[in-house]
Amino acid sequence: MWYGHWVSRRRLLGRATSLIASGILWLLLFLVLPGVVLVVVAFMSRDADGQIVWSATTENFRRLLGFGILGWSADNGWIFLRSLWVAGVTTLVAVGLAYPTAFFIAASSPRLRYVWLSLVVVPMCTNLVVRTYAWELLLSPQLPPSMFAAWLGLIEPGRALYPNPGAVYVGLASTALPFAVLPLYTNVERLDWAIVEAAEDLYASRTRVFFQAILPQTLPGLSVAVILTFVPACGMFVITDRLGGSNFWLVGNLIQQQFGPSRDIPYGSAVCIVLIVLTLLGLYLYRRRGKAIELV
Amino acid sequence: MSERRKIHPVVTMLALPSLLLLYLPLVAVAVYSVNSARIGLVWEGFTLRWYRELLHNEAMLDAARNTMILGLVSTAIATVLGTLLALGLARFPWPKPIARTLDVIVDLPVVTPDIIFAAAMVIAFSMLRSLWAGFVPGMLAMVIGHVTFQISFVALVVRSRLVLIGPTLMEAGRDLYASSFYLFRKVTLPLLLPAIVAGAMLAFTLSLDDFVISFFTAGPKSNTLPILIYSAQRRGLSPQIHAISTLIVILTVALVLGLERFTRYRKA
Repeated sequence: MWYGHWVSRRRLLGRATSLIASGILWLLLFLVLPGVVLVVVAFMSRDADGQIVWSATTENFRRLLGFGILGWSADNGWIFLRSLWVAGVTTLVAVGLAYPTAFFIAASSPRLRYVWLSLVVVPMCTNLVVRTYAWELLLSPQLPPSMFAAWLGLIEPGRALYPNPGAVYVGLASTALPFAVLPLYTNVERLDWAIVEAAEDLYASRTRVFFQAILPQTLPGLSVAVILTFVPACGMFVITDRLGGSNFWLVGNLIQQQFGPSRDIPYGSAVCIVLIVLTLLGLYLYRRRGKAIELV
Repeated sequence: MSERRKIHPVVTMLALPSLLLLYLPLVAVAVYSVNSARIGLVWEGFTLRWYRELLHNEAMLDAARNTMILGLVSTAIATVLGTLLALGLARFPWPKPIARTLDVIVDLPVVTPDIIFAAAMVIAFSMLRSLWAGFVPGMLAMVIGHVTFQISFVALVVRSRLVLIGPTLMEAGRDLYASSFYLFRKVTLPLLLPAIVAGAMLAFTLSLDDFVISFFTAGPKSNTLPILIYSAQRRGLSPQIHAISTLIVILTVALVLGLERFTRYRKA
């Protein structure tokens, strides 16, 4: 690139720095610095008013592992295991539904494709609280889903389908679905069908065409879809709070409890670190597997 | 991509549940928002009464006002900062390691789970409060929180447009002795405007979409619509909440369609 009268590199970078200064300072001040402090605070304790007491301790991490005042309890262990399990099931359902959807969208005409994509993006941009509320309504006792479940004998007649783990899975999967469809669609759209045709020409069976000519080509999209659904599912608290009832907590609920009602920021920060580690792991996998797919 | 492929009808059938999962609940809310029954979910005929009642619900109007103020103010700040950030990042020969560090900082809000982001905000604000006691949770805190994630999305959108435009036109301008301000006003800005508008709309959409960050940083007097709905939910379903939820969905649809308009160039 040619920069005209800004001949010296120093002047050039000086100008660039003045352009980015405000934005970068904002991010450093309100996100990077607090992020670093969050990690430090996780090793602190608090007084009775919820103020942070600045003396180093590993107490929060002992509590995280379940060692409380009343001895060891398995509560946290269950929350972590449940988070992984619920996030896993959510991912499986969301990606399982998204996979055919991505092919379906990619196969429609260019104009229709935009309609379908918008239809996927709208719920993604709709406030989570609104969507959770909508699920509560749909799963109400007087509406067909609950009546059908009652007819099957899954719930007592006249009861709602929530609070119920099943409602949480449905809510989480529908939230995660667009995040799985979009990367898969980007991937499927660029699929090299010549490879598929070659496989067909060579008399590969349908299953073999899928497993050896299609599936390997969609692995980058699949891994992005998995990461984008798994990590956010662990941190969710609105859906579990509303659709899962009070004893169906995930890591997100644990964090919300500490930063909200309990006002125990140091312990909450320690729980955050668990989620941060999980996120970093996801990003690392993304860098390795899914680089070909743009996120934005 | 090679030519379009016909897909097996089974794939189409498998794709259908996705759309049902996404839209059945939203459609149900819209349908019951025009049902005249006050209690229960029996259909008793069409009415717009609940929408009219919204206009007389003080708490609801207050929350709607707060939501709009929060969205517009944070979007305005984030659009300016994000656009400057994109210009500074895309147009200059940053040394590799610095460029990489800056990229990480800008991407951070995009990849951070919102609950961690909200936790970081709570910590940032308690730090601010220890410096300045007047800083209480509320609208100012929420605006700061929203700007912090919006900046990155604006910067990403504007930057991808800058890359697409390429340097040639700016170089031509400089060859013709345009001053850098003149160049920005006459060449860069007009070319960039669709992306800036798209970035702003995305920022506003994200602000409207956010619950977690507002919930963590809101004060007692700064309820937004999502916070109001969340707390109203504890008291059960109500037709007014159906109505306001439907309005939020309609606004979201409008924003998404508008966004699509301004990002069309991507296809070309």
